[in-house]
Amino acid sequence: MNVWIAIIATAVGCYAVKLAGLLVPAGALERPLVRRLAALLPVALLAALTAQQTFADGQALVVDARAAGVAAAAVALVLRAPFLVVVAAAVLVTAGVRALGG
Amino acid sequence: MGKPDAAVVRDALGVGVAVGLSGFAFGVTSAGSGLTLAQTCALSLLVFTGASQFALVGALAVGGNPLTAAAGAFFLGVRNAFYGLRLSQLLALPRAVRPFAAQWVIDETTAVALAQPTRRGVRIGFTVTGLTLYVLWNLTTLLGALGAEAIGDTAAWGLDAAGPAVFLALLAPMLKSTTERTVAGVAVLLGLGLLPVLPAGVPVLVAALAAPLVLWAGGRRAGGAAPDGPAPADGAEGER
Repeated sequence: MNVWIAIIATAVGCYAVKLAGLLVPAGALERPLVRRLAALLPVALLAALTAQQTFADGQALVVDARAAGVAAAAVALVLRAPFLVVVAAAVLVTAGVRALGG
Repeated sequence: MGKPDAAVVRDALGVGVAVGLSGFAFGVTSAGSGLTLAQTCALSLLVFTGASQFALVGALAVGGNPLTAAAGAFFLGVRNAFYGLRLSQLLALPRAVRPFAAQWVIDETTAVALAQPTRRGVRIGFTVTGLTLYVLWNLTTLLGALGAEAIGDTAAWGLDAAGPAVFLALLAPMLKSTTERTVAGVAVLLGLGLLPVLPAGVPVLVAALAAPLVLWAGGRRAGGAAPDGPAPADGAEGER
């Protein structure tokens, strides 16, 4: 039930902001500070999420096979690999390290 | 002269297919996080903005409060409002059509649409990217979720690394200047530092404060002048 509440809340919220952008008069959100903040908010969230999902085990911080996988993804990104290759690199390296007992 | 319609369609299909296929990673991650098939598919059908979907299932997987989890996903989706603002001027849609177009206002459709030189090109680019991506993303989500159920322990296959890898791939093109890198650094410190002490899902929300914090600090250093001048925010940051 809790999961459905989260899904409905996210769906309504995300649809509302998409629609708001199309309906709101252009001037309303065009202030430089607001735009700057809107551009930086995803940077902060994505960075925190990347770090947490790489190093969190419940509420503890650990370095395990995921760290190697995400490092591989970072290397793939530096090499300008396509999106799917980046994700595949992370998955394969993580699986490989785990198979080796890491 | 604008470019030919066929060239716009080709660009749009390229982006739509490449990103649409990554719905597979979402389906696997979502099912691996313990969501049911129906819940996983509902997310792709109704939310349809990848970063928010990954964030939500990640937060639910660690036992976060549903509204805290939804808040994190919502804040990630706020950028779409700014894409909509830009697209609204370029697409010039009748008001009655806007509620239907809204669901497709995301990173990829914005990136393709903004790259077109004419209104006709913008409309074709937006529609073809949106349609391709919506159909494929939902189809691959379903396949991914079914696949995850079939293989059982997704972690043994390294699939728990797909989520953070997706976030990193979305984040990388956004780290254009020192400001973005500082925000990312502060957010990582807050997100990891607070993880052991705050309830699940909350540290990510606190980490979001890195954005106003760094802006505020930058504004002070500039001696009260407007920070950074006109914002280059109208591109599609998530372009990849």
